[in-house]
Amino acid sequence: MNKNLRSGISTFTITFIVLAILGVYLSPFAFMVFTSLKTREQISVVGAPIWPAATPKFEYNGKQVDVFTVSVGKCAGFDPNSTATKSLALVAKGRQESTFVDPKDPAKGEFTCQVSWRALERPWTLSPTWENYTEVWNTIDYIQKVGNTLFYAVVSMIGTVISCILVAYGFARFRFPGRDVLFIVLIATLFLPAAVTIIPTYSFWQRLGLVGTWFPLIVPHFFANAYNVFLFRQYFMTLPRELDESAMMDGAGPFRILWSLIIPQSYPVIIAVVVFHIVFAWNDYFGPVIYLSGAKDKWPISYALSTFNGIYGQQPQLIQAGALMAVLLPVILFFVAQRFFIQGIVVTGVEK
Amino acid sequence: MLEELSNLPKLPSLGSIRKMSSIARREMKAGFLFISPWIFGFLAFTFLPMIATLIFSFLDLKITDGIFSTPKFVGFDNYVQLLKDPQAGINPAKWFESKTPSSLLITIKFALFSLPVGIFAPLLLALLMNNKNLRGQFIFRSLFYMPFVVPFVASVFLWGGMLNPESGWINRFLEYAGVPNESLPQWANDVNWVYPTYVIMGIWGVGNAMLIMLAGLQGVPTELYDAAKVDGANPWSIFWNITFPMISPVIFYNLILNIVGLFQYFLVPLVVNNGTGRPGGATLFYNLYLYKTFFTFQDMAYGSTLAWFLFLVILLVTVVLFSTAKYWVYYAGEARS
Repeated sequence: MNKNLRSGISTFTITFIVLAILGVYLSPFAFMVFTSLKTREQISVVGAPIWPAATPKFEYNGKQVDVFTVSVGKCAGFDPNSTATKSLALVAKGRQESTFVDPKDPAKGEFTCQVSWRALERPWTLSPTWENYTEVWNTIDYIQKVGNTLFYAVVSMIGTVISCILVAYGFARFRFPGRDVLFIVLIATLFLPAAVTIIPTYSFWQRLGLVGTWFPLIVPHFFANAYNVFLFRQYFMTLPRELDESAMMDGAGPFRILWSLIIPQSYPVIIAVVVFHIVFAWNDYFGPVIYLSGAKDKWPISYALSTFNGIYGQQPQLIQAGALMAVLLPVILFFVAQRFFIQGIVVTGVEK
Repeated sequence: MLEELSNLPKLPSLGSIRKMSSIARREMKAGFLFISPWIFGFLAFTFLPMIATLIFSFLDLKITDGIFSTPKFVGFDNYVQLLKDPQAGINPAKWFESKTPSSLLITIKFALFSLPVGIFAPLLLALLMNNKNLRGQFIFRSLFYMPFVVPFVASVFLWGGMLNPESGWINRFLEYAGVPNESLPQWANDVNWVYPTYVIMGIWGVGNAMLIMLAGLQGVPTELYDAAKVDGANPWSIFWNITFPMISPVIFYNLILNIVGLFQYFLVPLVVNNGTGRPGGATLFYNLYLYKTFFTFQDMAYGSTLAWFLFLVILLVTVVLFSTAKYWVYYAGEARS
């Protein structure tokens, strides 16, 4: 076999396999969109297609009757050899013979066809409903929930970025005794189960009367965290030290060097931490479920969404509409900033 | 990130600080000043709470106790209770005494079920992505990672909807493929299907691990592959002798994160089955039992005891894993003994 042809075939095969896996992997998004555009009735119709579909109805003698796809060759008054199909309104149901009218030509009157109505296909048409979004929007006060989430995300993001830059700068640029041990302690906190600190921490905030406020969620972000410190430190260590040293010779202090030399060179990593943190805060469930579950006016979107399971248990279309409204921002943010995302993850996972 | 943890440096002595020059001292002060936010945060939000949790586990303490009441010291009573508690299940002899399955047993069972998926699914995806015949690798890489940014609750609802026994696409597909109606899985409502359900609900987590493993695969020097091909090695032996050792640090990193995460597993059952342990108590994971002990039953002391035990288990497992690392994890630049 020709070499080009062979590599063409393997390209086709592997790309096809990956596309198929991806299709299954991302199919819940399609499920979400389709379900959120359906009415409750459309979900429970047996034999309906997966997309939001409805069958046309026809008003006949003051009654709404269903329309089916019938092969006209089986109907009285048509050419028996015809293979064409028509959308006909079912007037009387029968096992062997059913009575129809033609919605396009009602004047023609009723006629019978040799078909079992149960075996007929229906002419489904696309019929999306937008009310689910408005219902979710109003029920959970979407604007308020998004406002809460953005408040939490932005304030804690400011704390994380400032504190992690300072700490990472300390670890990256200064020699001091115990530095390497402390850095290991910092990394080890990544693997510490939250359970071993949550009971006293919760009790502490409770005794201060701050459970149900933003403080327990936001304050800890002002004291750095291992993941982002690691990202900043790895980046700072790649920046050449010579510039720092010559600035120091000129009498610049460490804060000045950080502010006018290090930070201006660090935009990629700062953007990465900002987007990571906003996605983290938008998606955070553990913090709100513990500290904010009793304060409905402060619920962020992730927690508000989780309450849907109770209130909308039998209403999948509303659950999916709510999920869609919670998914949009992080997904858009990811596509806009994907370069920074991917770079940041690769640094924490692969660099040693 | 983990190599730092496997080579512990020596602690400095006080004498070495005294001998420092004034420039070095200034540098030390600046260094400590910059890392002070973390030092403070570590003490306030990690170290002291850990110690407090340990102390609580020797007391009789409820969250409703007043600030000024003096808690009673009860010695090892809470730990004795833990040993006897069939629901916690830290004593294997009690595993089958409780009406519902023991929480620790559930956690281990689910971990054994879920861990291979958490390691091999991203590895297989990364190997596919790294195939030189694949076109559009960058787009695929982004699309496989993308669901990782979906809020956890939303991804549980999306997969939960897909797995709905009546209206979900998965059962509709199975029906279409000819599975008879009465043998369609009831997923989250069925004791036998609830763990696969949870694994599917967590499948979007593999995007992150795939990205890291892919970066690891791309970092393998191509000369190694070329040399192996010259020697006539087959793909299987190339994988085990070159690819696997070269990406073993990345696999190790994911293994540790996965195991630590699985011991703390509780948010999915909390959202899906409301933390009730349904169906049949199969989802009352250890960490869920811990949180219920504290938040629902308000027992700070016993909750703390459960928490310290969990911490010790995780610590033990990580230490054991780290000690095995020198036999199978290969760090470039280090001689492999």
